[in-house]
Amino acid sequence: MSAVSGPHRPSRRAILRSAGALAALGPLAACGNNNGRGGSSSGGGKSISQWYHQYGEKGTQQAAQKFAKAYKKADVSIQWVAGDYGSKLSAGLLSSSGPDVFEDQPNIQMVKAKQAVPLDDIVGPVKGDYLPADIASHTIDGKIYGVRMIDDPQFFYYRKSLFAKAGVQVPTTLDELIAAAAKLTNGKMKGVFLGNDLHGIAAPLVWSAGADTLTADHKPAYHTDAVVGGLKSLRTLWTSGHLLTGAPTDYTDPGSFLNELCAIQFCGMWAMPAILAKFPGDVGVFPFPKVGDAGKLSVYNGGWSAFVSSKAKDVDAAKAFVKWLWIDQTAYQKEWALNYGFHIPPRASIRSQATKLQSGVAADGVKLFNTYGHFDNPAFTPAMATALQAVLADSVRSGGDPGKALDKCDTTVNGQLKQLFG
Amino acid sequence: MSRTTRAFWLFTGPFLIGLVVFVYIPIGWSLWLSFFEAKGTVTPTRFVGLSNYADMLSNGDFVHSLLVFTVFAAFIVPVTYAVSLGLALLVHRLRFMKAFFRSVFFLPTAVSYVAASLIWKMSIFQGLRFGLANTVMGWFGIHSVSWLASPHPPWYWLVIVSLRLWLQCGFYMILFLAALQSIPPHLYEAAAIDGAKSGWQTFRYITFPQLRATSVAVVLLLLIAAYQAFDEFYNLLGSGTTWGRTPLLYLYQVALGQNQDYGHGSAGALVLAVLICVVTLLQGRILGFGRGED
Repeated sequence: MSAVSGPHRPSRRAILRSAGALAALGPLAACGNNNGRGGSSSGGGKSISQWYHQYGEKGTQQAAQKFAKAYKKADVSIQWVAGDYGSKLSAGLLSSSGPDVFEDQPNIQMVKAKQAVPLDDIVGPVKGDYLPADIASHTIDGKIYGVRMIDDPQFFYYRKSLFAKAGVQVPTTLDELIAAAAKLTNGKMKGVFLGNDLHGIAAPLVWSAGADTLTADHKPAYHTDAVVGGLKSLRTLWTSGHLLTGAPTDYTDPGSFLNELCAIQFCGMWAMPAILAKFPGDVGVFPFPKVGDAGKLSVYNGGWSAFVSSKAKDVDAAKAFVKWLWIDQTAYQKEWALNYGFHIPPRASIRSQATKLQSGVAADGVKLFNTYGHFDNPAFTPAMATALQAVLADSVRSGGDPGKALDKCDTTVNGQLKQLFG
Repeated sequence: MSRTTRAFWLFTGPFLIGLVVFVYIPIGWSLWLSFFEAKGTVTPTRFVGLSNYADMLSNGDFVHSLLVFTVFAAFIVPVTYAVSLGLALLVHRLRFMKAFFRSVFFLPTAVSYVAASLIWKMSIFQGLRFGLANTVMGWFGIHSVSWLASPHPPWYWLVIVSLRLWLQCGFYMILFLAALQSIPPHLYEAAAIDGAKSGWQTFRYITFPQLRATSVAVVLLLLIAAYQAFDEFYNLLGSGTTWGRTPLLYLYQVALGQNQDYGHGSAGALVLAVLICVVTLLQGRILGFGRGED
């Protein structure tokens, strides 16, 4: 009864032939409409897939969908990517079934791999309205890649009442921060939260130590004695019991601060509305404190920008959509920056209307952004950033020698730089 | 096409397509990629020969991850084996509620690694004072431990190992139970007549040798599962650690993280695949997998 024995046994060639034919049918099945809107034909038959990372603030996903729906020249479908956005985006950009339009931070690797197309023709006419630093960080090899959507400074939030009770001043040096954490720690609350894996403070630590990620001529600039000293200080904080570790949410989420697990938290501008709502009149912000004698206060001016994939089904249609949403629709841009989390609008014309950011703690946050801010250096690629983050894992969390950890980082960064710049 | 041929294709077709599309094409493709500089692309053009392999084999992190796996396997394989066999022996001897206990121990197998990892991370081994383990320790006046935050002391192994044992033991227990039930009772009767004491003596000289075929299969499956460890490491430790990285986790970071270095990633994956094959064959040779009963 066996189907594989006897005279009718299919030959190996027949098996392969059939497998090949069926494999060829695979992509056809993948052509199905996936925009969640039932394939309506409004929008002239063009479809655009737009990817966002998962914003934590309530209402953001609905707003993104509302913007997409309002666009009449194409069917725009939203992919709201939870989890490791960077990795999923990297994989998505390899295929034509990935995003047409996506948000990310500018980096040279993306340009060298020809994953994004230049947007000079749509940004050019309004270039003067953008912060010069935003334009500079998006300019790679003389071309502008990406339209800045929002600027997100990252700094510390603290509770004024807890500081007063513990007799603590706003720290301006890393040592003061460590001392403050000790005074603020009690049985129920840790002094400070820097994120579970410390990734968020890697670059601020370097800037605050008076160093930089890379020099202007693309050499490692982070490997200094002051940075080594800062890593050693952080190690003492790590083992002191005054640092919140193993928290349920990471530093990008204000959860630990809101649930009073810590008195000070490193977080970003986006979390401000939630924090102010929970502790009205009791919140202050301060930049990453100085590290070492030659240190400087610093703030990482992160943010998100819209890019057009070079593998987009219709690059011009995707560009037209980016222009429509992130350049022409100023009301939507204002809504995106101010109605959910707080973000600083990168365009002066919108910033001037952002009354919510012109007083109180929000204004303080904007001041930190303007005074101490460091923007993304597109030459410092995600791979290099990962190597720098590994330094914190190796030296601060693991207790290894900071100098050796930085040496290891140098190897990776130099290898990357060699490939990128020769 | 005759009926039998049609039936053949109907039954094997879907599986065959899956095998070709998801296994053989990717293996072939990664073999091809491993000889190219493939950064941010899976259709590279720059041939680099064996340099990706040389890089991976001289890469301290990759070699270290192989070491991590070896330590992990050396521990988890015998422990899982012993616990599963122990459970099977206990359940096998039960006179009542046997089906109940069999199901209870088997149930965790149905839980996904990701879901279990989240429960372990967010609830049982949560680093704050209100995590389950920390709460229990608090009753005895022991300070809270941040289980997954740092590698010294290596508490993270406790979390990983306990998770894997909970998920896996039930499944292997079922395999052992089936084997135990197939041991002919007359062997025990004969042994009893010859004066063998029940307990260790019969286990040592009858039960254990009779389980040889199952034991070899279980060890083989456990070893492969240990080599392929990824889910719980990724979900418990995240991508931010430089310790506790299994080979797959490291390769994931090289190839599929933001590095997108498919050339090096593929070379590493093939090194790992060859290693698994060699170990499996050697183990089969030593333990006699597939050899008939004596």
